[in-house]
Amino acid sequence: MPYETDYTNQGFSKVGTRVNRPDGVDKVTGRAKYGADANAAGQLVGRILRSPHAHALITKIDTSKAEKLPGVKAVLTGKDFPDLTGGDRGMMNILENCMARGRALYDGHAVAAVAAIDADTANEALKLIKVTYKQLPHVTDVDEAMKPSAPIIHDWVRTTGVTPAPTTASNVAQRTEFGHGDIDAGFAQADVIIEKSFKTEQTHQGYIEPHACLATLGPDGSGELWVTTQGHFTFRNVCASLLGLDVAKLRVTASEIGGGFGGKTHVWTEPVALQLSRRANRPVKLVMSRDEVFKATGPTSSTSVDVKIGAKRNGKITAASAELRYQSGAFPGMWAMLGAMTSFACYDLKNVKSVGFDVLVNRPKVAAYRAPSAPMAAFAVESVVDMVAAELGMDAVEFRIKNAAKKGTKASYGPVYGPIGIGPTLEAVKNHPHMKRKLGKNQGRGVACGFWFNFGGQTCTDLNIGVDGSVNLTVGTVDVGGSRASLALIAAEELGIDYEQVRVTIGDTNSLGHNDTTEGSRGTFSSGMAAIFAARDAVEVLKQRAAATWGIPVEQVVWEAGEARAKGKQNNNLPPLSLKEIAAKSPRTGGPIAGHNEVVADGAGVSFASHMCDVEVDPETGATKILRYTVVQDAGKAIHPDYVEGQFQGGAAQGIGWALNEEYVYGDDGRLQNAGFLDYRIPVCSDLPFIDTQILEIPNPNHPYGVRGVGETSIVPPLAAIGNAVSNAVGVRMDHVPMSPPRILKAIEAAQG
Amino acid sequence: MNGVTVSAKVNGDAVQYVCPPDESLLDVLRNRLNLTGVKEGCGTGDCGACSITLDGRLVCSCLVLGAEAEGREIGTVEGLSEGGKLHTLQEQFIEKAALQCGICTPGFLVAAKVLLERNSNPSEEEIRYALAGNLCRCTGYDKIVRAVQSSAKIMRRGKKASR
Ligand code: FES
Ligand code: FES
Repeated sequence: MPYETDYTNQGFSKVGTRVNRPDGVDKVTGRAKYGADANAAGQLVGRILRSPHAHALITKIDTSKAEKLPGVKAVLTGKDFPDLTGGDRGMMNILENCMARGRALYDGHAVAAVAAIDADTANEALKLIKVTYKQLPHVTDVDEAMKPSAPIIHDWVRTTGVTPAPTTASNVAQRTEFGHGDIDAGFAQADVIIEKSFKTEQTHQGYIEPHACLATLGPDGSGELWVTTQGHFTFRNVCASLLGLDVAKLRVTASEIGGGFGGKTHVWTEPVALQLSRRANRPVKLVMSRDEVFKATGPTSSTSVDVKIGAKRNGKITAASAELRYQSGAFPGMWAMLGAMTSFACYDLKNVKSVGFDVLVNRPKVAAYRAPSAPMAAFAVESVVDMVAAELGMDAVEFRIKNAAKKGTKASYGPVYGPIGIGPTLEAVKNHPHMKRKLGKNQGRGVACGFWFNFGGQTCTDLNIGVDGSVNLTVGTVDVGGSRASLALIAAEELGIDYEQVRVTIGDTNSLGHNDTTEGSRGTFSSGMAAIFAARDAVEVLKQRAAATWGIPVEQVVWEAGEARAKGKQNNNLPPLSLKEIAAKSPRTGGPIAGHNEVVADGAGVSFASHMCDVEVDPETGATKILRYTVVQDAGKAIHPDYVEGQFQGGAAQGIGWALNEEYVYGDDGRLQNAGFLDYRIPVCSDLPFIDTQILEIPNPNHPYGVRGVGETSIVPPLAAIGNAVSNAVGVRMDHVPMSPPRILKAIEAAQG
Repeated sequence: MNGVTVSAKVNGDAVQYVCPPDESLLDVLRNRLNLTGVKEGCGTGDCGACSITLDGRLVCSCLVLGAEAEGREIGTVEGLSEGGKLHTLQEQFIEKAALQCGICTPGFLVAAKVLLERNSNPSEEEIRYALAGNLCRCTGYDKIVRAVQSSAKIMRRGKKASR
């Protein structure tokens, strides 16, 4: 194994075991408290009025009737949110998305809010608010929005990243370019060149728990926010800054989170709930309906991508290029940039160029969705990779192995890779029994690779040892998928104690220093790193206490297997002191024992996966059935294999939904037509087979245990793997996701001419 | 609005509540009886997070009116464990890591319990169809199906032993 490093031989006794999660009992008994499960005495119900138009001037809002309705305690519109952003355009975009300022930018854009004594009164009040709109021309398609004739979403937007800098407004907010070498020279050397265009539709993260919060803000500017979020510290900073509060005076507590996948990294209604509470001087509970979740939160970009790849007869790629057009909704984003960065990251390329265009349209502001932007780029690139292999008469897996990036490869987005897992995942695919399964009639197999960066970021952690030797680890990263179990394993490993002795708590914003949002697969990576360092910090204290008890210099004390041991012949008469014994004596040896760590967890290892998938397509209906699905991914080191597998399976299932069913359907009127789980159909239990997984462990040299982020990469390959499988099954290249039955039938018919 | 007075049984205990005639049983359970283990994911009968039993039948509580529960037996996730002991399904969901975020878990547990009461030895396909009304966005259902399979096995063994 050329990829092996020393870390592979690191011995672990707790890490890597499949223990029961600490929050399990709460979650199976219904006791766990999520966003909508908290209540406060005297609370009001908050509700939001939303624009029915894709794009409209708000010429007048008359709230007088609503205000007079008995039981209504506060009514707000855009003018109740003064501009405190000091010219920060990014903050203004967040504020304007939370509440329209004179113009509704998409179907579902908030235009007013009420707080009332109960839901019926609040709903009644919404009906009494009279909004006068003047409809404006709209655009919802990414390619249409780039045309010079398209209606302009924001007159202040000038395309960045082009020279000379434009002087007129455009819907193209940003152009970005990545790559190296000379693609023209590269294509000139190619024996085979394939060029093709692809489209993907907009999807939603689809977390089952709608956004919900309970906000309290007094006239003194002190407040509390209970909220379902991936980043309570970020929510605190953003809400405080938009509302003119001191950061320290807003205490934000993260509830249990019922799924996020990136969609709960942004504030949507929380500043509004706080402002309603300030106005009414009572707690306000604001819970979104599913329809609101679809219309006004989340989604990922819809895209349009061109890919061109050239290769020599010997199977070596000589050049690759892509142009990626991603819509970011009604506010600028960085989504095409991420697509451009990730598009060719799996391959070792001499000549490569990818150009991204971030485009504004009249749709909800795009949010991250699990490895944001990478799945669409991978769909286009991995489809063309298959096409080139076919043209060369090469096996698609062998072709990928031949061109895979490795240690020392200069990535298409800039850096030079350390030890990475793309090669090993492909080798594992090649040797997997899945690949030997016989395919029947109307069946096809597809393989695809995926890449994601992972992120470390600011982290702050406390570890406190109780007098009985039990340990409380307080972290500031929200537990989105079982990280409390993994972090307890890590603390137990470092301290040499039982997993059951450690309890992990997610601290609120007043109990720890800043922690970045749980995104970029950073939860277990960065809090795990901080937990290791905090535990080592506590071990130093434990050693000092032992040394003082024994009356020997601390240099003669070591920490092994959960106890302090005195080293050296002269100390032979000193029996070891366990963590429990030292803790029991702590009131008399200097007080509580604690460890602490704050860190910017740099060096999150890049992550790669390869997926394989068998499908059967019904040629009569165009319906696709997933027969078998296998995920191979590099985890660096799997702290808790069950939850690593869970991340692999969950990401694959989301990708399957995206590939086959899920899409936002907009009418000509620019209104969303399927804002509900009935018409926006996510995979159900009977749609899927068991999802097989294989965890590879190619350690990340930048983490003490070799950990890489594992949460996101699993959604990157499915669109392409299924695209390749369906294309192989029906004999027509699929170029539009989702591959819904009508699209597949149309493709088959078109091919039959 | 005139309230309706309702007497019903929830998890074996007699309860009485007053609710508007158009209020859903889901809202009654969550907001009036404080049974927040019953979750709302959609309010339109499409996600199964609000699954409960009504006289032993599996229903979406968001599609039932609070007033309709008069004289009936309601079962929620809160009533699954008996005494200090978790139900086998609850144990197996933890053991098999069948939950990530856990918001769908109460609904799945109630639906799976109803399935296993009717069919003590369901095939994989029967499990998948019986749970098709419950959405989970986190797990890909793999470990959920396995937890139900292992629960069924344990419960069958338990029955045999107690015979
Ligand atoms: S809340 Fe009842 S089915 Fe979704
Ligand atoms: S565990 Fe999150 S929705 Fe099922």
